[in-house]
Amino acid sequence: MRDLSQRALDTAVQRGATYADVRVVRRSEESISVKAGRVDAVGSGETEGFGVRVIVDGAWGFAASSRLTGDEADRVAAEAVRIARASATARRRAVVLDDRPPAKGSYRTPYVIDPFTVSVEDKIALLLEAERTMARIEGVAFAEASYSAQREWKAFAASDGSDTDQEITHVVAALEVNAVDGDELQRRSYPDSGQAAGWEWVVGLDLVGNAARIAPESVALLSAPQCAPGRRTIILDPSQLYMQVHESCGHPTELDRVYGTEASYAGTSFLTTDKLADGFRYGSDLVTIVADATSPGGMGTFGWDDEGVAAQRVPLVQDGILAGYLSSRETAPRIGRQSGGAMRADGWDRIPLIRMTNINLLPREGMSLADIVADTDDGLYLASNRSWSIDDRRLNFQFATEVAYEIKGGKLGGLVKNPTYTGITYEFWRSCDAVADSSSYVLFGTPNCGKGEPGQVGHVGHGASGARFRNVQVGVGKW
Amino acid sequence: MVRGATTEAQAAAQKVLAYALAAGATQAEVLFSEGDSALTRFANSEIHQNVTERDAQVSLRFVDGRRVGCAATNRLDDEALRRLAERAAAIARLQPEQEEALELPEPGQVALVTGASSQATRDASPESRAAGAREVIAAADAVGVLAYGSFTTSVERIGVINSKGVDVIEERTSASLITVSMGRDGEAGYASSSAVDVTEIDAAAIGREAAGRTRDSRGAVSIEPGDYQVVLEPYAVADLLETLGYVGFSALAVQEDRSFHESGRVVGSNLVTIVDDSTDPAGLPASFDYEGVAKERVTLIERGICRDVVFDAQTAKRAGRRSTGHGLPAPNSYGPFPLNMLMAPGDASHEELVSGLDRGLIVTRFHYTNPVHPKLAIVTGMTRDGLFLVERGEVVGPVRNLRFTQSYLAALAGVEAVGRDRFRVSGDFSPVVVPAVRIAAFTFTGATEH
Repeated sequence: MRDLSQRALDTAVQRGATYADVRVVRRSEESISVKAGRVDAVGSGETEGFGVRVIVDGAWGFAASSRLTGDEADRVAAEAVRIARASATARRRAVVLDDRPPAKGSYRTPYVIDPFTVSVEDKIALLLEAERTMARIEGVAFAEASYSAQREWKAFAASDGSDTDQEITHVVAALEVNAVDGDELQRRSYPDSGQAAGWEWVVGLDLVGNAARIAPESVALLSAPQCAPGRRTIILDPSQLYMQVHESCGHPTELDRVYGTEASYAGTSFLTTDKLADGFRYGSDLVTIVADATSPGGMGTFGWDDEGVAAQRVPLVQDGILAGYLSSRETAPRIGRQSGGAMRADGWDRIPLIRMTNINLLPREGMSLADIVADTDDGLYLASNRSWSIDDRRLNFQFATEVAYEIKGGKLGGLVKNPTYTGITYEFWRSCDAVADSSSYVLFGTPNCGKGEPGQVGHVGHGASGARFRNVQVGVGKW
Repeated sequence: MVRGATTEAQAAAQKVLAYALAAGATQAEVLFSEGDSALTRFANSEIHQNVTERDAQVSLRFVDGRRVGCAATNRLDDEALRRLAERAAAIARLQPEQEEALELPEPGQVALVTGASSQATRDASPESRAAGAREVIAAADAVGVLAYGSFTTSVERIGVINSKGVDVIEERTSASLITVSMGRDGEAGYASSSAVDVTEIDAAAIGREAAGRTRDSRGAVSIEPGDYQVVLEPYAVADLLETLGYVGFSALAVQEDRSFHESGRVVGSNLVTIVDDSTDPAGLPASFDYEGVAKERVTLIERGICRDVVFDAQTAKRAGRRSTGHGLPAPNSYGPFPLNMLMAPGDASHEELVSGLDRGLIVTRFHYTNPVHPKLAIVTGMTRDGLFLVERGEVVGPVRNLRFTQSYLAALAGVEAVGRDRFRVSGDFSPVVVPAVRIAAFTFTGATEH
């Protein structure tokens, strides 16, 4: 593979590239889902290819191919240069990259049990047991259990002498159970998450035990009272808080989005760079959020990003104040910084974009999640994300969760169905008056973060322990 | 269908099918595709991303009695293809015997659709896409705003063969240009176009439409959320159809009791008729689905009444009927999907739609919509890139964006006028063909700062 990479780099430079990099990527995937007591789908996929990224005349070009031959390396590199020259016909500022030492070395996701060596039979047996545990509950309409794994080998080489190789392994598991009564449909799920790990992580989820927990709850929700409109104190379980972090902190701190390069698709960001200099108050003093590509087990953990920048921990919000961005070698110099190492591509045929790494809301020692509930006289405890939506500057958000529990006198009470809450990002985070300690901290993995054109699916992580927010609008819309 | 020299992926598919049968498959199916796709993306009125890719892949569905294994690869050398068949066979044989057997489709009459591909799109180049981007940028420059967007072209040869004799192949091309232009104060406007033939896309006109909408959006003021009469432009109507397709127009959704769709149920006003028809040249034509079954025209809603949903081989077998040709690539848990939806036009001009607003809003498009309650089709999302207040039939001016939380079924029921002109609109899943509509009441539940 090094021969192919070097040939592509040589061709690109000979044809006028002032910078070039090549990623050779091979990806293996497997997926299993069971539903209604039967195996619904079992699949295995592999894909390989290489992508060449160049700067010519201060503009970007990128070309990719699945044919790993020397001649194709020449063709693709030449095509990337041609594309860059076309880009330069509509250029207003030249691309300038930050300086960094050439990247060298290897990285491999640590795991105990290689998920690809566990037999399909054993995986199906576990999923079927979990699915049957849910399906046997009276009132359940349908249930599904699923698992998937992905392994990606990638070799990165650049014209500055960088040369790295990485093997990243991710596993994902999900249970979903649905109860239906007429037009009413209630869902519960667990954990709908992933990890950079092996099969041992899936075993540790106790899928069967959790299936027994969530299935009766889906049925009970059918007759639970509707979430009433009003302004309430809410406590977000980590299973919802991670999504709040994802949408209202992760995406708006992507510096390419801030500079408008996602404007025609997902939008821009209210966190404009003047707010960094001004010390914008994003949240209360309790809110500290980091982008940490070194978090053990995180789906945003790696050795180097796809520009050869080493994994690192970058503060985004420190004690409530905007402190930084997710950045790249091109965007970071524009705010006078070095790249934070957030560029990743979805496979060989996509160009790297700024992606979340592991965006973690750090726990605050002092109160456990149970202590926060006990400290709440009247409120709602919301868990497990059901839907999400946020405006094109990441200000007005609305989330629905699968379940809410009334809190009265510091105790969790009855179920509430169809809970929703809405707000403006910075007002919401400023209303945070309690963040739970590390005893409830969970690192979630999100394997389906969409961004870019052509579309890319990113794997990212989010750590959260639970938090309380005051005076939040709940029960949105007509039901 | 395109018949001619065997393509690389087609030859690989034939080998894989032979390997699967040699490995003892009782039935086998190979989906194959190959092609080139390219995208030129611009922001702040300059090209910032410009990419192309070439790929070819084969995907095998290996059936062994009542067990099914799927495997895919983009390595087309002989060793990789043999390994693909072995992998799919192993996956199938490691499973417990299923109660329900899969029956792959029988070969049927696949009628040739016209206009699925275009030489001009095939010939599109980085230079021609950059030229299109420059035309959009020039239109933005003319009104002093910045242009953002993307221009894509793709050509794909796709085919399906199976052990029962299904053998179909077709070339499909597509092109799409979308743009948002934005002014200094954040005012924004949107326009887009998609076509089989890239020469049908008038980049300058798209640029002018977006820039004009941006100019008209300057000085937007806040209004209170609440119930408003609305005119949804085609870009917004497209979201209604796509979301309803996602939550309700699939036979699997009906069979799992998670769809609102029930034949004979009244869900819309009698002005609402929605079909899925891949033969209509108004959309992006295609002859067959990912199981090699001819695509049929399916009436989803007729004059407000639920009629039928779309089927693939598996859901059709369960229902005791034939597939309508809406299967997705295997394996998938989503079931069949309507990829060629069209809404019937009405008789209202755009001016008549707007003049019927007593106090209402013109909504250019929706952003980041998501079902809050799929079976009730309650959806939340934001307006974006052009929201205008109308009083007594006259446009008062631009207003800041609002969040809605609204049952899309209730929206269909409230349709009181439908535009006579239809537009092909790029969607999240596929293009849809829709008119603008006027709806009696739409519930906005929140506001934002722009």
